[in-house]
Amino acid sequence: MTGTTVAQPAAPPAAGVRHPGALRAGRWLLDQSLNVFSGLVIVYLLAPIAVIIWFSFNDTHSRFNFVWQGFTLKHWKDPFGVPGLLDALKVSIEIAALSTVIATALGTMMALALVRYQFRARGATNFFIFLPLATPEIVLGASLLSLFLSLGVNTGFNTILIAHVMFNISFVVVTVRSRLIGFDRSLEEAAQDLGANSIQTFVRVTLPLIAPGVLAAALLAFALSIDDFVITNFNSGSTVTYPLFIWGAARVSIPPQVNIVATMMFVVTLIAAVLTVLQQLRAEKIASVRPEQEAV
Amino acid sequence: MERTLTASSDSRAAGGPLPSVRLVGVTKRFGDVVAVDHVSIDIARGEFFTLLGPSGCGKTTTLRLIAGFEEPTEGTILVDGVDMEGVPAFRRPPNTVFQSYALFPHLSVEENVAFGLRRKGVDKKEIARRVGEELELVGLAGERKRKPRQLSGGQQQRVALARALVNRPAVLLLDEPLGALDLKLRKNLQVELKRIQREVGITFVYVTHDQEEALTMSDRIAVMNRGVVEQCDTPEAVYDRPRTTFVAGFIGVSNLMPGVVVSANGGPARVRLDSGVEATAQADGLRSGERCWAVVRPEKLTLLSADEPAPPDRPSVRGLVESSLYLGTATQFVVRLPDGVTMTVLVPNVDEEARRRLPGAGDDVRLSWATQHMHVVREEGSRVGEGAATSGDGQRAQAPGDSAGPAEPALTEEGK
Ligand SMILES: Nc1ncnc2c1ncn2[C@@H]1O[C@H](COP(=O)(O)OP(=O)(O)OP(=O)(O)O)[C@@H](O)[C@H]1O
Ligand SMILES: [Mg+2]
Repeated sequence: MTGTTVAQPAAPPAAGVRHPGALRAGRWLLDQSLNVFSGLVIVYLLAPIAVIIWFSFNDTHSRFNFVWQGFTLKHWKDPFGVPGLLDALKVSIEIAALSTVIATALGTMMALALVRYQFRARGATNFFIFLPLATPEIVLGASLLSLFLSLGVNTGFNTILIAHVMFNISFVVVTVRSRLIGFDRSLEEAAQDLGANSIQTFVRVTLPLIAPGVLAAALLAFALSIDDFVITNFNSGSTVTYPLFIWGAARVSIPPQVNIVATMMFVVTLIAAVLTVLQQLRAEKIASVRPEQEAV
Repeated sequence: MERTLTASSDSRAAGGPLPSVRLVGVTKRFGDVVAVDHVSIDIARGEFFTLLGPSGCGKTTTLRLIAGFEEPTEGTILVDGVDMEGVPAFRRPPNTVFQSYALFPHLSVEENVAFGLRRKGVDKKEIARRVGEELELVGLAGERKRKPRQLSGGQQQRVALARALVNRPAVLLLDEPLGALDLKLRKNLQVELKRIQREVGITFVYVTHDQEEALTMSDRIAVMNRGVVEQCDTPEAVYDRPRTTFVAGFIGVSNLMPGVVVSANGGPARVRLDSGVEATAQADGLRSGERCWAVVRPEKLTLLSADEPAPPDRPSVRGLVESSLYLGTATQFVVRLPDGVTMTVLVPNVDEEARRRLPGAGDDVRLSWATQHMHVVREEGSRVGEGAATSGDGQRAQAPGDSAGPAEPALTEEGK
């Protein structure tokens, strides 16, 4: 399809001049094909989510929620009406929030250290920070479990938290570091020059400028944590997170409430994503200071 | 503002001869690179002091040492008589105007300017008043709510200036603050800066590589080369009595004639130029028999026709016109002397009639000058080749980076 449209401008220029209509038609086709293509990708990505939302309204009578049996709002009136679901969700949110805060704070400091300072362990740290990203989750989960067992630590809430902080730190460091690499150090010197000590400089200048990166890192960490199954499953002990709950429930029954909670999470994620994009756009604008620009 | 003005002039009177900034044998090494090499200067209160030199000569590093962003490898820095060793940048009195402006992109113009006062804990009303006044002074009162990215280069420049000036620092360090601006804006801001400096009575340590800017604005100039201060003097002295070939070459057009000192006894020396002419000249600390360079500025040379005798009290030398160039206010000639050295001569264009009588390319001419206009500098251990004297042309004079060329070989030798 694109082959023919691309061939069009390659024709001798005289032909192009004589048939501007053909050229325009070719361009129109190209535009349309791109639209259709991106449309298909979006459908592909969103179809499963649409099914989840759709089936949250299913008036199912079986234990499983796989066959459409009619529309109802009754499950939405009682979204947490399945024993254990709400508790599992609470645990998940708690762990996600805690691990996000801890990993973002530690990861941001690590990124600062890695970009700013020369120290002996720098090269090694720069390399090892990638390991949790590259290692298969199942390996990480299993090895963490054997570590906890050999140390005699009881698995549960705390071990899940430790595991989540561990893999989140890597993502935070990588995200924040990319933001710091282009950072203009003379801004911090300017702050010091104007009487700001190191803490004031960090709070007033450095942090606001890297905030979009830190925020993006935090959102990523939260999303990764709330959704993690494999590593959590190894280290959870008797604690049940939301993904673990669904996994357990799926063996017996899947109530539509699962779809409802999933829908809620999707909406929250969507809002967060839109906010992040807006924030990034704003930050890019701020970053594009052009001192070379001449007077009007 | 008035209050601070009187206060600072009072303290100037009371402070007496205590220098505002004093560098004693300051050296800064980065690994093998010696960025600043045993620099000792005293900068007086309220002085407009300029560091001038080619790219990489250590100007920025010197400022950063004073500001406290770097610690000297050797030597001492005193600000108002206080040793700055170990004092962090945020506790040092000088404020800096950065070469890149370094405006905080997330803060408005107003907040940028207020930053320093806020850190000092000045009360809100006072801050608002002083920020307003300062923005008025730099002509940006209308832009107070904008972000730096919404300003033009010249406006950003002025915000950077206001942000430093509003603190009324005893010392202001300025790193090529007008570097990024176009010629017209630069000229305007030069005048503006000079006025502010005089009115407020702040010590300016000003970095530039533009010799014209340095000459017009400064009370004193330190000409730097490879970390070394080659000469530290008033603009007139640096221009008329350069102490080294580097200074002669960097400031203005380098008209250098090689020669040898015939006799010297403290005052004026007798010099025999390689072109065969013997002349009396101003010379500092030269000994008989020493090789030297004689400097005469292009506008101090008079152009005569070859058969016209020079007045008896003025030395003269024959030459051949290589080129002439009409520059508007003056005509510039490049004249080759018998020993192969070329000299640049500027003849002001007074009237049409006189201009028609001027020689053209290929004509034999005679150059003459007054004894007091020739200044002799030491050769610095090497022969500066052909290139030394050929750099004379109007365009080059505008671009000091270029005219730095001639003295380079001399200094390479010195470095060994
Ligand atoms: N942080 C640093 N690490 C290593 N070398 C440095 C550092 N800062 C400066 N230098 C070196 O020191 C020398 C002087 O640099 P400096 O920035 O002071 O020059 P400058 O006179 O300001 O030049 P320009 O006119 O180009 O700004 C240069 O050779 C430079 O490469
Ligand atoms: Mg510099």
